[in-house]
Formats: sequence, C-alpha cells, structure tokens
Amino acid sequence: MAATSLMPRRDTSSILIVGGLLAFFSLLGIIIASRAVDTAMSIQALTFAALTGIAFVTLCLWAGSLVDRDPFDSREYEDTIVKWGVAASTFWGIAGLLVGVIIALQLTWPTLFYFAEHGWTNFGRLRPLHTSAVIFAFGGNVLLATSFYVVQRTCRTRLAGGMWPWFVFWGYQIFIVLAATGYLLGVTQSKEYAEPEWYVDWWLTLVWVIYLLVFLGTLWKRKEPHIYVANWFYLSFIVTIAMLHIVNNLSVPVSFTGSKSVQVFAGVQDAMTQWWYGHNAVGFFLTTGFLAIMYYFIPKRAERPVYSYRLSIVHFWSLIFIYIWAGPHHLHYTALPQWAQTLGMTFSIMLWMPSWGGMINGVMTLSGAWDKLRTDPVIRMMIVSLAFYGMATFEGPLMSVRAVNALSHYTEWGIGHVHSGALGWVGYISFGALYCLVPWLWKKQALYSKSLVEWHFWISTIGILFYMISMWFAGITEGLMWRAYNEFGFLEYSFVETVEAKHISYMIRALGGLLYFAGALIMSYNLFRTTLGHGEASPREYSPSEASRRTPALQPAE
Amino acid sequence: MSIMNRHGVFERHSLLLTIGILVVVSIGGIIQMAPLMYMDNTIEKVEGMRPYTPLELAGRDIYIREGCYVCHSQMIRPLRDEVERYGHYSLAAESMYDHPFQWGSKRTGPDLARVGGKYSAEWQVDHLKDPRALVPESIMPPYAFLADKRLKFENISDRLRTERFVGVPYTDEMIENAEGHLIAQADPDNLGYDYFSSLMDEYNAASGREGTVQARDWDGDPTRITEMDALVAYLQMTGTLVDFSVYEADDLSNRR
Repeated sequence: MAATSLMPRRDTSSILIVGGLLAFFSLLGIIIASRAVDTAMSIQALTFAALTGIAFVTLCLWAGSLVDRDPFDSREYEDTIVKWGVAASTFWGIAGLLVGVIIALQLTWPTLFYFAEHGWTNFGRLRPLHTSAVIFAFGGNVLLATSFYVVQRTCRTRLAGGMWPWFVFWGYQIFIVLAATGYLLGVTQSKEYAEPEWYVDWWLTLVWVIYLLVFLGTLWKRKEPHIYVANWFYLSFIVTIAMLHIVNNLSVPVSFTGSKSVQVFAGVQDAMTQWWYGHNAVGFFLTTGFLAIMYYFIPKRAERPVYSYRLSIVHFWSLIFIYIWAGPHHLHYTALPQWAQTLGMTFSIMLWMPSWGGMINGVMTLSGAWDKLRTDPVIRMMIVSLAFYGMATFEGPLMSVRAVNALSHYTEWGIGHVHSGALGWVGYISFGALYCLVPWLWKKQALYSKSLVEWHFWISTIGILFYMISMWFAGITEGLMWRAYNEFGFLEYSFVETVEAKHISYMIRALGGLLYFAGALIMSYNLFRTTLGHGEASPREYSPSEASRRTPALQPAE
Repeated sequence: MSIMNRHGVFERHSLLLTIGILVVVSIGGIIQMAPLMYMDNTIEKVEGMRPYTPLELAGRDIYIREGCYVCHSQMIRPLRDEVERYGHYSLAAESMYDHPFQWGSKRTGPDLARVGGKYSAEWQVDHLKDPRALVPESIMPPYAFLADKRLKFENISDRLRTERFVGVPYTDEMIENAEGHLIAQADPDNLGYDYFSSLMDEYNAASGREGTVQARDWDGDPTRITEMDALVAYLQMTGTLVDFSVYEADDLSNRR
C-alpha cells in the first residue's frame, strides 16, 4: 500500500462503526419483532429493522464504491448532507401541512371526513401526526440542514465525525417514520409534542447525543477564534432539547418487547414536567433554533452585518434563562400550586423583552438595505417572519396573564396563537432559508422563478391571516359563550351550541390552511426547478475567491 | 461595558458555552419542579382515591391510544361557569394515580373530569358509536370499531406491576388477580363470578369507602369483553372517587 501513504491520511473508522451499529440495530429490531407482545410493537420493530437494514446495505454498497477516494476530504465542506436535509424538509413540510388541512376539514365537515370503518384516520390519531410532522419532521430537518450548513461556514471547517452526521440525518428520519406510523397504530404516551413511546424516545436520545457531539466536534476544529452567534443559538437548542426530552420522557416500559410504557411522574408533577417540556419545545426547538437561522441567513442574504453584537449577547442569555420558567402558564387555575402559576406568568411577561430584542436585532440588520424588502421577496419573507414572531411573542405574554387565560385557555384562541407563530415565524424563516440554500448548494445563479416566490409569499400570507383571524374569532366567541349567563342566572349555552357557533370559523380556517399548503407546493416546485437549473437558475460561474465549497474561503457573515 | 468584553470567553471556548447554557436553562425548571415532589398539597391523598381497577386502566389506555386528550380536558378550573357546567373543581389528588396525567389543553369537546355517571352507559356506547345520532351538531369522530374489538388483557398483571413500580399502591392480591378482576368487572354474573367479591373487597378497601367500583356488562354485548366495555367503564368512573357531598374544601386540613 505504498500509494496510499502518499495521499492524505483517510480515516474511515466511522464508516465501520456506523455500519456495525446499523447491523446491530437491524438485528435487534428483528429479535424484538419476533418476541413482540403486541401487534403495534411487532410492526414498529419490523419497520425499524427494515429501515436500519436498508441503511446498512446502502452504506456497504457506497463504501465499496469509494476505492481510493476520501469521502471525508477535510478540504471540502460536507454539502451533500445539507442537500438531503433540504429535500427532507420540503417533503415533510408538504406531508405535515397536508395532514393539517385534512384534520381542519374533519372538524369542519365530520360527516364527510370521518370513516367509521377506519378508526386510525380519526382526529385523535391524526392530530399528533400533524403536530409532529410539522414541528419535528419539517422544522427538525430545517434545523438539521441549516445547522450543518451554518456551523461549517462559520467555523470554516468540514463537519466533524466522518460518517456520524449521516447517522444523525438518517437516524432522525427513522425516528420520524417510527413516530408517525406509531400514531396511526395508536402508539402514544399522550404527552403533547412528546407522544412517541419509550423505544422511539431512546432511539431519538441516541441520535440527538451524536448530533450534539458532531456539532461540538465541528466547533472544536474551527479555524475561527470566535464562535459565531448563530452557533450559540444552535447549541442552546441542541443541549436544551436533550435535557427536556430526557426528563419529560422518563418512563418504565411494561415489557421490553411491548410498545406500552408508564410515566414515572403522575398528576401535578407530570403536568408540570410536561408543560415545562411543552413550552420549551416552543422555546428551544421553534425559537432558538430558528433564531440561529435568522442570525445567519438574514445578514448573509442582505449582505449587511448583524445590527448589534451587544444586543445579540443580551438577547441570547436573557432569552434562554427566562424561557425555561414560562411553562406553568399552560396550567393556570389548575391543581398546580398558585405560586408556580404566578412564576410562570411573571416570566412569560418578562419574556416579551428578549423576544422583541431579538426581533429588533434581526429586522434592523436590514439597515441601509431597506430597498431589498421591495426587490427581494426572500428577504421580505424572512422579515415578515420576524413581524409574525414579534406579534406572537406579544400575544403569548398577553395570554399568559391569568385573567386573560381564564378566557383563552382550552379555546381556539390557543390554536390561532400557535399557528401565527408556526406558520408566520417558523414557516417563513424556514422557507426563506430554503430559498437561500438551494441556489447556494446547487450552484445556481438564482432561483428558478422570482415571481413564483412572490406568489408563494402572498398566497401564504393571506392564508395565515384567514387562519389567525378565524381562530381569534372562534376562540373568543366560545370562551365568552362558555361563561355566559342568562337573566335567570343559569348558564346560557349548552356545550354543543358553542361547537356549532364555530362552524363558519372552521371553514375559513380550513381555507387559510389550504392556501398556506398551496404556497408550500409552489415553493417545492420552484426549488425543484432551481436544482435542475431551469429558468433564472442558469448554472453559476465561480471566481476563485468565491469557490464556496472549499473550506478556507472567507465568509462575510462574521 | 466591560461585562460585554468578558463575553469573549464563551465565544472562544465551546465547552464553557455548553456548560453556561446548561446552567442557565436548568435554574427555572429546578425551582418550579423540585418542590412539587415534596409539597403536601400536591402529594397528599384525599379520602376516596384508589388505584384504577384493571378494566378501568385498560379503558384509560384506550382513551390515551385514541387521542381523546387531544379534544377533551380533565381539569375543571375553579371558575363559576366551569363548576356549574362540569361539577366540583378538580383536586390535585384526583390525578395522583395518573401516569401520565390527562388534564389536556383544549376543549374541542367538553371536559370529562367528572363525566362518570353523568350519562348512562348505554348513552355512552351509542354516542361513541355514532356521536351525531345523539348530538346532531357534534364534530366528534365515530368509535363504533371499539365495540367489535376484543379487549386484549393477557398482560394486565404486568401492566399493574409497572404501575406499582412507579408508585401506585397496588397490592399483591390486586396484581395476582388482575385478570380475574378485569373479567369480574365486565361480566360479574358469569365468567367473572368467582372474582367479583375479591374485586370489590380490594378496591373498596383501597378507596376507603363503598360504592366506587361498578361491575356490569358495559357495551350491551354480554357475550364478550370488548374495548368498548373497558372505555365506558373508565369514562363512567372518572371523577367519582372523591365523595364531594362530604368533602369540605374550606376545612383547615384542605386549605393548604
């Protein structure tokens, strides 16, 4: 092997370890399936065995085709995984939004959209499918893809860990498939946004810890003295989600070959833990992760530096410190002790300030480039996402006030609030990042069609407004009807009258969701044509200083 | 601003940054969660509370499986209209054996914390099978398939044992006879006859008062035990364990 010694040293040990791990898990899946105590578990274990098996075989074929090529050439960025992440984000985004439209139609026209003989299509099973698909499948893949892209560019080094990032990416897709099929099979531990059962939780924990190590490993070998602000936010997202996930999913399996587990906490303690988790899934998955996107993609796209470095520091530490306290505002007037409710409310109101600080830091980054709002619909989408963020983070503290919460809790107002944040903030900042990433990764001059971005923007924005306004109306209506008294001092309305009163709101909401879904379809089409180099996306010429795949290239974002 | 200049240390050392994040995000959770494990008003038992019987527990598992919590809360707030609509506000102790809790977060349908006994079992079965047959404006999904599915309870003893492992006070007798108890509560006159008195004795003793366990055919089909039997048995006992005709909220021992 004299020839190899002349080449840069190749470290392929991670391929062997990941391959071995996949083979082990595939076998484990088969063993569990053969001894499964319930049907759901045998289906889940077989799915798991098949997916890890396919991954193992693909890995073997790929490794065999390498010959002498170094697959982890440290002189180049790992961009292929980011491309996969972009594709996965788009796919899951469409899937998640489609389920959302379906369940909105179920609530609007139950006689048309429920099928008595297919119980697995009922709202109770599809709703977790929708929330998990949009939050964890769509949002999670956007965060994986952008974090892998951003950490490489801002550290000017290739992703650490060789094969391990690929284990994280495909391991995460396996988590999504297991969770999603599990919901349809009726496998759930009923904790909102943490529904997957114990074995899926364990698998995600493994994937997540490796994700943290890959991220930290990349930071460790950075060629920049300072860690860029976007990476602080990504790191806090990864670390905190690990903590939240592990504590909220503490459970004891009834059998190691069965799908059912029993939560360690009960009642009040479990409720507090759940909403500590639930609110901070919003805080650290849907906020800090996407703020990291803001801190990289807005400056990059606008070609302006971040507005204020000091504000970034204050924003970062105050946001993560205060957010973690806000959970109990989900439990106002419940059996949770009042001091805990009051703490939750107080910190929720305080949270308004760092939230708006971050919004200002993002929006003001456009200083000196305001014309881009008019000329670049992608920038506009990201800035409007911050406007929705600002609105949702004002509405949130308002709803956390006990007196307001007495009206708003349990109503559609909460659904409206969540969606103004999810569709407006998370959706738009993600779409903005995807619109940026595709031409960069596939080396195209521009997107296939700028006017399609305009169509996407306006159709979706109208969709969001329909959604929000109809749900505000529905929520406040039912909240007031529940507490209405007639002249004799009796409750004025039966419960079902309040359901009936929401019918038209539900129709408008479904239309809003449909418009938003249509916008996402337009985006997918536009991104796909961009990768093919059609339209305005003619292949891009590179000057030597711009060869962005090469790791040592300077990046203007810092 | 010298403090801002010192921030550089976090920007140059990723491990310090990681530890800093971990410390900062741990504080709030610890302060809010740790005291709940020790405070009297969150861990003390109220008279009447007992662990779920095997049939009720199996029904509760179906309630969870079908995602009922997505649209139905089980937490009555101490607000005038809620107490009048749903009954006495929920006590912390009433969900002390709920692993996990089922308070919910949304009322697309009404609260179910005290739906037990509010309607007849026959009404519940008919309503679950075809909600719009009884309530034309309802938007609830149909659950007729539950009446056709035989309840699987081969592992019910293991299920109870796991509950005991996390702190639910099931006795050895309850775990040993779980299968018999389950059958007795769904079919007390025939198949479950032998275990009927044991079921009543065990769970009445745990509750500290009589009448908290109902045994009957629940789904209108006495020939077999279905998932509908279990779910309706669960629904019919929610919120019935504490006797609010004698519970005094203003009693000094309850004003913690």
